[in-house]
This record gives sequence, structure tokens and C-alpha cells, in this order.
Amino acid sequence: MQMGTSFEQPGPIAQYLKFLAEGKFKLQRSRSSGQYFYYPRAFSIGLESDDIEWVDVSGKGKVYSSTIVRRPEKYGGDFNIALVELDEGPRMLTRVLGIAADAVEIGMRVTARIELPAWEKNPSQPLVVFYPDQR
Amino acid sequence: MSLRGKTAVVGIGYAGLGSSPGWTPLELAAKAAERALADAGLRAGDIDGLCASTFYHLFPTLSMSEQLRISPKWSNADMTGGSTFIAQMLQAALAIEAGLCKNVLIVYGSAARSTKDIYGIIDLPILQSSYAPLLPVGAYAMSAARHMHEFGTTRTHLAEVAVAARKWAQLNPDAALRDPLTIDDVLKSPMVSDPLSRLDCCLVSDGGGALIMTSAERARDMPQPPVFVLGVGTAHSHRDISQMADLTTTGAVESGQRAYQMAGVTAREIDVLQLYDAFTILPILFLEDLGFCKKGEGGPFVADGGIAPGGRLPVNTSGGGLSFVHPGMYGLFALHETCVQLRGQGGERQVKAPNLGLAHGNGGYFSHQATAILGSAAAL
Repeated sequence: MQMGTSFEQPGPIAQYLKFLAEGKFKLQRSRSSGQYFYYPRAFSIGLESDDIEWVDVSGKGKVYSSTIVRRPEKYGGDFNIALVELDEGPRMLTRVLGIAADAVEIGMRVTARIELPAWEKNPSQPLVVFYPDQR
Repeated sequence: MSLRGKTAVVGIGYAGLGSSPGWTPLELAAKAAERALADAGLRAGDIDGLCASTFYHLFPTLSMSEQLRISPKWSNADMTGGSTFIAQMLQAALAIEAGLCKNVLIVYGSAARSTKDIYGIIDLPILQSSYAPLLPVGAYAMSAARHMHEFGTTRTHLAEVAVAARKWAQLNPDAALRDPLTIDDVLKSPMVSDPLSRLDCCLVSDGGGALIMTSAERARDMPQPPVFVLGVGTAHSHRDISQMADLTTTGAVESGQRAYQMAGVTAREIDVLQLYDAFTILPILFLEDLGFCKKGEGGPFVADGGIAPGGRLPVNTSGGGLSFVHPGMYGLFALHETCVQLRGQGGERQVKAPNLGLAHGNGGYFSHQATAILGSAAAL
């Protein structure tokens, strides 16, 4: 017997991406501990199948670290890659947009948006990116 | 059962370092194996245990044993990135001590420079690759940025690591880069992924490397001074950089403690170190995490030629991945240089009579750490 989980439903990462496609930024949370998880998982320490709930997250967070990836202008120029720590706890690899790559600073408050990645040729899957909060 | 001093490295070799167009990774590995066998006074048929891993082969021990036409009784193809061969040293020590095999070949080959193929080490899950990060450098850049933010580490500190490596490389005739290098050169070098510039990044080399381990008992009757395996420790902490708990502290804290405990020594007793240096930030973190200075003080520790020839501590005496060789997975070359130093065969770069050497390997994005403490007969 396959214990509870229906394998006809998408797996955790596919489910996460499906929510994004519907415009929803949801992460897994453990019902018993309240801990949030990123990336989504099928099972781990602190996250057992019958204890997982998908919940909306605030999308608020701060830049934990950041780098300017240097790229020649003809290939699109420099861009930012960052690790953003959500207020709910998990950290995600992402991009901070809306300001120059060299203006992104550690500790900067940012807010999530769900967007098609502008850096892809034919994007179809929306992703979570971040924009700096008004200061 | 303690593994301390039960096994030894009795043969070392490398081949085709730098640029070897037209040579496959397996061919370069085989040449390195041939040299390590000659060094040990053994023949290929004496090898009955094999450790191999590359980022090209899904079945590295099958490909390697077929290439050499050997039939190992025991093999290990662990893959933890650049730390692999140090982790395999622990497995080989276990297998020899358990009587599963007698003579283990640990071998690696890469055509990273000639083929420009390092894609095997950039296998990324979708939630990372979707953002098109420049890896691995971007991950280490974010660690460096965080270390600067928390502890005031500077680009000059990073540059000190590159300059020290170059000064050692100038004493190593086999090193790829031996031209003089200044702090200013590194600071003025074009940025790749801030705060890391081109000269904060390691070489991308071709080359093969090999070493042979056997029991301490057999090692005593072999041509080279045995280099005894005193302690090895490994640690897993994450795979992807977003999952690293603290970007300024690595699993080297754990791998180091495990290795020191097995060897029964402390950091203070280590005479010579080889610390994985794919990028300049790595040795700074490893000096802290392996107990050579306090957390956050790695920058000042390397300042003013602290790890260069004549400095506070001899680190990366071959010139390291920054100036000697870096064929994608460097760990085997850290072990190689540790053996050279403990045998007293370092020529111009030889550290004065070392008895204890530490080789530290890193895999992924600080994801896996492996520390080996090796010793001369005097250290037993």
C-alpha cells in the first residue's frame, strides 16, 4: 500500500511551480512545528507527508547575500544573483530586479513578485523574483 | 578499531598537467597511474582495489579498470566533488584494514581545459538553474560577500591568498603560473562575480593524478618513505548554496574535528597544509574552520604574506589550484603535495622537516568537506 500520498498529484516541486503558474507563492509548512521549507520536498527531517501543508507566504524578506555576475553587454550585461531570506525563514536563490545589479546590498528589504523570467528566450514558467522595498 | 597509522600512501604520480589537447580524461588518469605505480615499485596487476571518480563518467571504476586492464576486488566511486579523493582515502583505509584488498589505486583524470567541458560539476536542480546563476563562482562570491559584511574581510585579504599561491608556484617547476603577481594585479583584475575577480579564481587545467595506498606493514618494505594515514574526516552539509546554513562557516569544522580526533593531534601540531583553493575565499574559511585562527580572523591571518613562503604557516606549497593545477576536482593534488612535503621531496619549496601534513578538500559549493592528516614515520 502506498500510504496516503496520491502519486496522481504532482510532486512537490511540480506543485510549487504549478502554484506559481496560478500566481500564488506558496511554500510547504510543517503543521506540527510551523517551520517553512524551501525548496519543496517529499520528505525530510521535520517534514513528514501527513504533516505537510501548503501555505501562502508573505513574500517579504531581506537580502542575505548577493553577487553581480559580470557579463558582456552584447550578452545582456551584468546581472544580480542573490540569496533572499524570507521572513518565514527559508532562504532562496533568486534575482533582485528593479535596481542596478551593483545597488543590491546585504540586509536590503525586498518583496517577491511572480514573473516570467525576462532572461529566458521563450519563458513559460513564472518564477519568484524580488524587488527592493521603497526606502 | 582505530584506522590511525594502519595504512600509508606508497606511490604518487601526475601526468599531463596544464594543457594536453587530444588526451582523454581516462588516458591522462592511466598515465598518472603508471607513474604512481613506478614510484611505488608496483605493477598494475598488483592493484586489487580501485577508487575513481570523474565528472565525465557515470561508471568511473568500470571505465578505469578496463582502461588499465585490472580486475579490482573492491572499488569505490563516491562523488562529492573536489573532496572525493580525500573521502575515498578513508574508504580505502577501511577496505585495506578489513582485508578486502591490499593495494588501492586512487585515480583521476580530466580534460577540463582542452574540452572546456566542466558541465558535469554544474548539475543543478530546476529551482536553481531557472535563475541562470553563474556557478560555481557565484556561490563562493556570495560567501565572500557575506564574510566581508560580517567580519570586515577585504579584497586585499582575498588577493593575499592568490599572491601567496603564486609565490609558492614560483618554487614549483611543474606549476602552470609562475610569473610574478602582486596584490595590485589581483585588485585590478576584471570582476567575474563580485567580489571575486578573475585572479581570485583557480586554473582550469587538464591532467591526471594518482596515488597508491597499502597497509602500513607492507609500506615499510617499499621504495619510498611511507606517508601514513593518521586521520580522515568527512562532512556533508548541503548541496545547493541556498541550503547552506551559514555562508561563512563550512562543514570543515566537523570534518576537521573528525580527522584530528582519529589522528590524535591538534591544529597547532600541523607543519604543512594544502587547503582547497578553487577561489581565494576558500582557504580563508578553512583556516578558521580547521582551527588555525578564530572565526572571522582568516583575513588578517593571510595578510602580509601570512601563508606565503616565509610566512606564519606554509599553506598550498605547490601553488594550489590558483597557480599550480586545477583540473576540476583538485583534492587528489592536495594529497599529492602533502606526500611530497612529508617525504621531503619538495625541492625549492620544501618546508623544513615536516612530520604532520593536512590536506583539505571541498566539494560542490562548500557542500562536502574532507580532511586528511598524514604523517611521516616520526609522527606515528
